[in-house]
Amino acid sequence: MNTKKYFNEMYADDGEVREIYEIYTRWLKELPTGTLERRNAEAELLFRRLGITFAVYGESNGGERLIPFDIVPRIFGASEWQRLEKGLKQRVRALNAFLHDIYHGQEIIKAGVISAHQVLDNVLYRREMQGIDLPNQVYAHIAGIDLVRVAENDFYVLEDNLRTPSGVSYMLENRKTMMRLFPELFVNHVVKPVEHYPQMLLDTLREAAPPNVADPVIVVMTPGAYNSAYFEHAFLASQMGVELVEGQDLFVHQQKVYMHTTEGPQQVHVIYRRVDDDFIDPRVFRSDSSLGVPGLMDAYCSGNVALANGVGTGVADDKSTYLFVPEMIRFYLGEEPLLSNVPTWRLSEPDDLKYVLEHLPELVIKEVQGSGGYGMLIGPTSSKEEIKTYKQRILAEPAKFIAQPTLALSACPTLVESGVAPRHVDLRPFVLSGKEIRLVPGGLTRVALSEGSLVVNSSQGGGTKDTWVLED
Amino acid sequence: MLSRTADNLFWMARHIERAENTARVLDVAHRTSLLPLDIEGTDAYLWFALLNITGCAHSYEAKHGLAKADSVTRYMALSPDNPASIYNCLWLARENARSVRGAITSEMWEVINDTWLELNNLSGQMDYEKLQDFFDWVKNRSHLFRGVTLGTIRKDIALSFIKLGTFLERADNTARILDVKYHILLPSVNDVGGAADYYQWGSLLKSVSAFEAYRKVYRDVISPLRVSELLILREDMPRSLHACLNEVEAALIEINGSSGHEARRMAGEQHAALHFGRIDDVFAQGLHEYITDFLQNTALLSREIRDAYLSRRDTILVR
Repeated sequence: MNTKKYFNEMYADDGEVREIYEIYTRWLKELPTGTLERRNAEAELLFRRLGITFAVYGESNGGERLIPFDIVPRIFGASEWQRLEKGLKQRVRALNAFLHDIYHGQEIIKAGVISAHQVLDNVLYRREMQGIDLPNQVYAHIAGIDLVRVAENDFYVLEDNLRTPSGVSYMLENRKTMMRLFPELFVNHVVKPVEHYPQMLLDTLREAAPPNVADPVIVVMTPGAYNSAYFEHAFLASQMGVELVEGQDLFVHQQKVYMHTTEGPQQVHVIYRRVDDDFIDPRVFRSDSSLGVPGLMDAYCSGNVALANGVGTGVADDKSTYLFVPEMIRFYLGEEPLLSNVPTWRLSEPDDLKYVLEHLPELVIKEVQGSGGYGMLIGPTSSKEEIKTYKQRILAEPAKFIAQPTLALSACPTLVESGVAPRHVDLRPFVLSGKEIRLVPGGLTRVALSEGSLVVNSSQGGGTKDTWVLED
Repeated sequence: MLSRTADNLFWMARHIERAENTARVLDVAHRTSLLPLDIEGTDAYLWFALLNITGCAHSYEAKHGLAKADSVTRYMALSPDNPASIYNCLWLARENARSVRGAITSEMWEVINDTWLELNNLSGQMDYEKLQDFFDWVKNRSHLFRGVTLGTIRKDIALSFIKLGTFLERADNTARILDVKYHILLPSVNDVGGAADYYQWGSLLKSVSAFEAYRKVYRDVISPLRVSELLILREDMPRSLHACLNEVEAALIEINGSSGHEARRMAGEQHAALHFGRIDDVFAQGLHEYITDFLQNTALLSREIRDAYLSRRDTILVR
């Protein structure tokens, strides 16, 4: 599969440098030998000192480690980005419309676009949310949409993340680090800024507040210091200037949420929670959860507090619902989707299952409710033995899996031991929905650091890059 | 400020201070035990008394029996089984700091984190001879932390909660040292000025860095009355009860808040008693009784502070 053709973002098919990379390539050529490596070492030191770390599940003693940062930026042109931005806004608008619909009139089911079984029997569908009205009818205030590129003009949506998408702190820290290491690059390139993301997030959260609250108190809620994304939670809270709370800091009294402060209880109106639905309220969801707040759902359903993201968004970002997003766009917006889905086989369908089982070595198989690159099978890079074992898992419960063709992910120049070489990348932009839909130009580019690898997840050894969108 | 944040800051500071105090008393106990003195039963008394200061005598005896220099030291310094050991204090200080990294400066975090990492490198290979170095190291890390705190943190209520933890812990510790020593030293009270007495009271003064100060202030033989005056009433002594209560009261006034009224009143009352107290009256009441009262009041004050600022019980809403 290493011989398979992929799109190189720096070079066009004829070997010429693409226009947006021209200045960078010229700069790189003139750089004295060893400079890139030296600055790379500097970057690593910066990240370590600032403690920009994440914990990896399953690693011994829950070690904190750095996500490798690659110092070669990934560059988009202004018009390329414009198209992506339009497509992203369209998609997120439709996803929120879908969530509002299935928790209210369920018109899309009545119209026969999606089956009642697909929605209502999904474990991520929260019946507690049926009939609950949310401000601006927004459920997924923060959406992370994973995109991959397969050709100059072809992008696919790989996955929608509508629960607690993470990674935005790396987007911001990567930019800060690049500006510090390579100030000269920002003189000869006009890069659109991303630094105002926390302000945008704060605006979005304000707009999510219960409508009768003039000056809402906003907090970020974390599962605690041992969570893998704790750094990001603390980072966003401090960037927005709001409190970082844990479940134990909050309590509910007469359907209102308060936090314990040294000046006594203070009412909270918006909770940007980075705790999964299952854990937010032991009275309604998992009763063994110590991360949540008893009574929170009651306060939420009474409209006295807003949760971002809303409860029950998982039903829309599930990999089996993913299939229907293009239809949602047509149904709710009456528009043609600007961003395509990856062709996907649902193994709950006998025909699809048959095809997939015959073609396992060519395909990527994912768990419907999996995330973070855990538990997937990449056919082309797996051994016969691995494929055989995985096949047993599929046969046991086919409906838990989907399959997609192995995509030729685009590659960007990346600093590796042998020098600068192409490595495969994806992109996660963060789309914010309040009274309007906003996003900063860029996102988190993840890069698979081993040659030929297509797995970009940080939990699987992927790195990140600064992502530039150039002004025209 | 979030109550949990205040709670973490308070206990971070308390645990650092406790680690330093434990190092101090162990340090002095070791110096004392090296002296060629022959006071009946002093040795066992001495080591048992140390356990008493940190309130871990019972748990020690249950595990190790008779108090002996080597095992007591190990238990109080490095044992992971002893919740009050220096090892655990530094661990708890780090865990508290880790939960409030946003509320402390990165320099403070680095000092606490480095301390914990270094301790883990040290503790495996601790020889008896190296103990002195270890105690010095603990004291130095505590000095460093205090310095970096005052040098880098904004003067807001985060600092006030840190001070509150530091000085409540220190007051508690100075009082306990004084009480325990008083018991040990009772047999020699008649023998004021004797060599044993000199060394015993001298070591007490050294454990709170007050030996040189005593010399300068009194220019005379070391007497229990004066040592007590120095460590209880003199506000120019940084580890005296009076000095500690100065800081506690000031911190509570800075923190303010409607729920802290009773805490401020209690601290004010305790401070006033030290401010206007006379050492003769202390001894008329009995030093042990006086200190017992003091410790009790301090514990009540701690509880009141917890209820007013640090607790997370839902009931406080009803007001």
